[in-house]
Amino acid sequence: MAKVPKPNELVIEHGFPQTGWMDTPAVFRPGNFSYPGKAKNLQALGLPNPREWSPLDEDWKLPSNWKQIILEGMRERLDKFRSFKIFMDICVRCGACADKCHFYLGSGDPKNMPVLRAELLRSVYRKDFSLAGRIMGKMVGARDLTEDVLKEWFMYFFQCTECRRCSLFCPYGIDTAEVTMMGRELLNLVGLNIDWVVGPAANCFNNGNHLGIQPHAFKDMIEFFVDEIEAVNGIRCEPTFNRKGAEVLFITPSGDVFADPGTYTLMGYLMLFHQIGLDYTWSTYASEGGNFGMFTSHEVMKRLNSKMYAEAKRLGVKYIIGGECGHMWRVINQYMDTMNGPADFLEVPVSPMTGTRFDNAATTKMIHIVEFTADLIKNGKLKLDPSRNDHLVTTYHDSCNPARGMGFFEEPRYVIKNVCNNFHEMPPNTIREQTFCCGSGSGLNNDEFMEMRMRGGLPRANAVRHVHDLHGVNTLATICAIDRAVLTALMDYWVPDVTVYGVHELVANALVMDGETERTTDLRGEPLPGMEEDSENEDV
Amino acid sequence: MGIRFSLVAVVALVLAAFLGVGTAGLNHFFGVTVPSIALVVFLGGVVFRVLKWGRSPVPFRIPTTAGQQKTLSWIPQNKLDNPSTKMQTVGRMVLEVLLFRSLFRNTKFEIEKGPKLYYQWEKWLWLASLAFHYCFLVILIRHLRFFTDPVPFFVHDIERLDGFFQVGLPGLYLTDAIFMLAVTYLLIRRLIIPQLRYISLPQDYFPLFLLFTIGTTGILTRYFTKVDLIKVKQLAIGIISFHPVVPEGIGVIFFIHLFLVSTLLIYFPFSKLMHAGGIFLSPTRNLPNDSRFKRHVNPWNYPVKVHTYAEYEDHFREKMVEAGLPVEKELDEAPVTAQNSTEG
Amino acid sequence: MKMYDGKYILAGLIVFIVLATFPVWFTHGKAAPPPELKLDTPVIAKMANKQCVLPKEEMITGHMKLLNDWRTQVVRDGKRMYVASDGKTYEMSLQNECMKCHSNKTLFCDKCHNYAGLQKDADPYCWNCHIAPKENK
Repeated sequence: MAKVPKPNELVIEHGFPQTGWMDTPAVFRPGNFSYPGKAKNLQALGLPNPREWSPLDEDWKLPSNWKQIILEGMRERLDKFRSFKIFMDICVRCGACADKCHFYLGSGDPKNMPVLRAELLRSVYRKDFSLAGRIMGKMVGARDLTEDVLKEWFMYFFQCTECRRCSLFCPYGIDTAEVTMMGRELLNLVGLNIDWVVGPAANCFNNGNHLGIQPHAFKDMIEFFVDEIEAVNGIRCEPTFNRKGAEVLFITPSGDVFADPGTYTLMGYLMLFHQIGLDYTWSTYASEGGNFGMFTSHEVMKRLNSKMYAEAKRLGVKYIIGGECGHMWRVINQYMDTMNGPADFLEVPVSPMTGTRFDNAATTKMIHIVEFTADLIKNGKLKLDPSRNDHLVTTYHDSCNPARGMGFFEEPRYVIKNVCNNFHEMPPNTIREQTFCCGSGSGLNNDEFMEMRMRGGLPRANAVRHVHDLHGVNTLATICAIDRAVLTALMDYWVPDVTVYGVHELVANALVMDGETERTTDLRGEPLPGMEEDSENEDV
Repeated sequence: MGIRFSLVAVVALVLAAFLGVGTAGLNHFFGVTVPSIALVVFLGGVVFRVLKWGRSPVPFRIPTTAGQQKTLSWIPQNKLDNPSTKMQTVGRMVLEVLLFRSLFRNTKFEIEKGPKLYYQWEKWLWLASLAFHYCFLVILIRHLRFFTDPVPFFVHDIERLDGFFQVGLPGLYLTDAIFMLAVTYLLIRRLIIPQLRYISLPQDYFPLFLLFTIGTTGILTRYFTKVDLIKVKQLAIGIISFHPVVPEGIGVIFFIHLFLVSTLLIYFPFSKLMHAGGIFLSPTRNLPNDSRFKRHVNPWNYPVKVHTYAEYEDHFREKMVEAGLPVEKELDEAPVTAQNSTEG
Repeated sequence: MKMYDGKYILAGLIVFIVLATFPVWFTHGKAAPPPELKLDTPVIAKMANKQCVLPKEEMITGHMKLLNDWRTQVVRDGKRMYVASDGKTYEMSLQNECMKCHSNKTLFCDKCHNYAGLQKDADPYCWNCHIAPKENK
């Protein structure tokens, strides 16, 4: 694994090579690419050309007719997606997107400017799908599809986190996420994928979740959190699994079952549901909210997503609640019903505590836990003691997908402000619809890619550091499981004093539960404000 | 390279018209034949391109949401940046098409040691683009006086506004000046901003050189070399009324102007200039964010291989039973050799 | 040919075609011949040498500039006489000199100005101040 330079050693230069971008080949070096997909994972999903290979090798072991496969794949996708056709045709290269990409800001590599990332594909499109390109070639920015071009695609379509920030600034709405999705679909046709995407996707397909947690282990892990909660406040939650006839099916990213600090968020869900007495069940089959299929192809996205409705139908629930996750919610908002609906066996979600009918989820029949909680708080159904979070000075990171693929801005802020007394926004250019990516989304949250992740996360970290210096912010709240995992690493690297929290962990800290013992610590075992005397006295 | 190629192309076009009319006397070819072909190619080409886009479906609703979604009743929705109805989407599109709202968000980054990033105010591109497009529109409308008889009232109104300051003689049109300034700005920024220079292709410089030269020749004919407007109008109206005539004695500068405009018309449908039509069809802008409460059908939706619950339970039944998880079939009901049948 | 959102796309294209072909349907194929100017005023008829202050071609494209220069010289410099290239002198006056010969404004000035789409009250703005000659039609 590549050694990651220290923050003060990291060279960031926004220079340009002497050669034009078409004549500057992609150079793979440890730290700027993710390991390729393992054969067994491709096989598990039935994806083409499973084999062992490395981007550092000269020979990528492509099928002999790879060029034909890619070009036919392009034609097929141009016919299937108007977005693809339009985005290939209408860019004027005005450059508005150039410095909006976190990877460009953090790496200075010109091919990380969204416009050039798309040009990598566009140049081939011109050559093979436009008359001018066929005749005039390079004179009109067209070039042949060669192995070098393909390698360049692999590098840069796996250096994009599909965060859509560029699309916000594009005067025509050209969305690099869409271009990257097409690019990755094409790469997959000849067996080019990264293992951090195809591994979780294979796990999810067979075992129900990205981490490959098997049913019994899943139950064990959740029950472990039940014990943990009991140790904190004496309350024993009673989650159920694969239970037919429950009112609600709850699905959250498996990352929260597995690793800190997501686990605390998951404990928050358990406590909240217990306190309000929600009739809900977990599923071990549909035990994944996220969808790494989205980072592979539309087809794999659909294959993984199908489990949610299938399981809801089997269990006979009325509706689904989804946990805090980023890309999961882009899939649910923009793809799920069209791909796997209609969910006519479910009902429009109605909160059993408040009676609120969630008409905004009238067809997907799936609501976001944060919407659900915001409604509970608004209707006074929760007893909250925000002073229990007084040791935290909070800011909020809008995750890309709920931000630019949904418009989920006020709900989490409302919840946070009700459970935390200290809240400060980051600068306006870095939040809400203009939010900066964590730098590790879309399956790039692997260790071997760490240097690029720290570079890509710089704009986000920079904004956190700003409020850290200005207001003493020490808590970064998010509603995304990948964020919880990767922002922790990012903060350790750039702003070491800041800790990452899920919103429902903050809720759980403030939640006054019926019959609880006196709370002295938060979920992490840290003393609550006013409860730290003992340890302080010892120090003195 | 891109710059030189585009510049040479435009110079060649100018020379072609200059020699064609000035030396070879191909007045009819440059005055009637080329412009007529150009008009047909322009109209046909634009329609062809748009229909070609229309042949591909929009399978998924993928608007870029730039504001608060429609949600709980007490949270105000940002209806223009995150529309949920057709009318709201029209509102968003109107702002996008008429005011370049997305471009208005533009910022410019700066990095300092630390590293520390800053995002600065940058509205020049927005301003220049808006100025360029609107001046172009006004100039086009003003040119209607050569193509209509009688001249409709709005042409006069626009001329009056445009020449409001009554500077010089013939009166200076503000749009002429702003158009040239804006085109120059757009060209210069492409040359001096390193990012832009690096991404620019010949087809980015070509239209700018072309527009610059069109503007220059237009200004020459109006303000400096002069041209007999009566003859120009006779020629112009002749083309669009299908009674073409080429009066004697129109200066060669006019023919260069006309030839370059014809080139622009022919070039338009097959180039990035089609962004004018494309913006209307851009799925990240022209769709309401309503896919959670309104069902949409993907016309090419097809069944995919899924891993069913039955397969899952077959695979894990023993472990599930042992862990006390409910199962559909108990151990003794299930086939003895349960296989994980997911591959393929 | 299968179209998606054909309703909207076709409507948009129709609007585009209608707008882009505005001059065609507005003139509905009627070629507008250039105006013929009347030079048969009584004064011109009496002239032996029918010559304006400048040759005809120069007057067509340059008369506005000439008039503008005249105005400047008269109003700002107090100069009233113009010497033509053939040595003849003229009074620099629109009403007293130009319109003496071209006493038929509606059949002379207006013909071209209307055809070229200039506006009566704004461009040229001669008649905002000057009084047009009375004509018997």
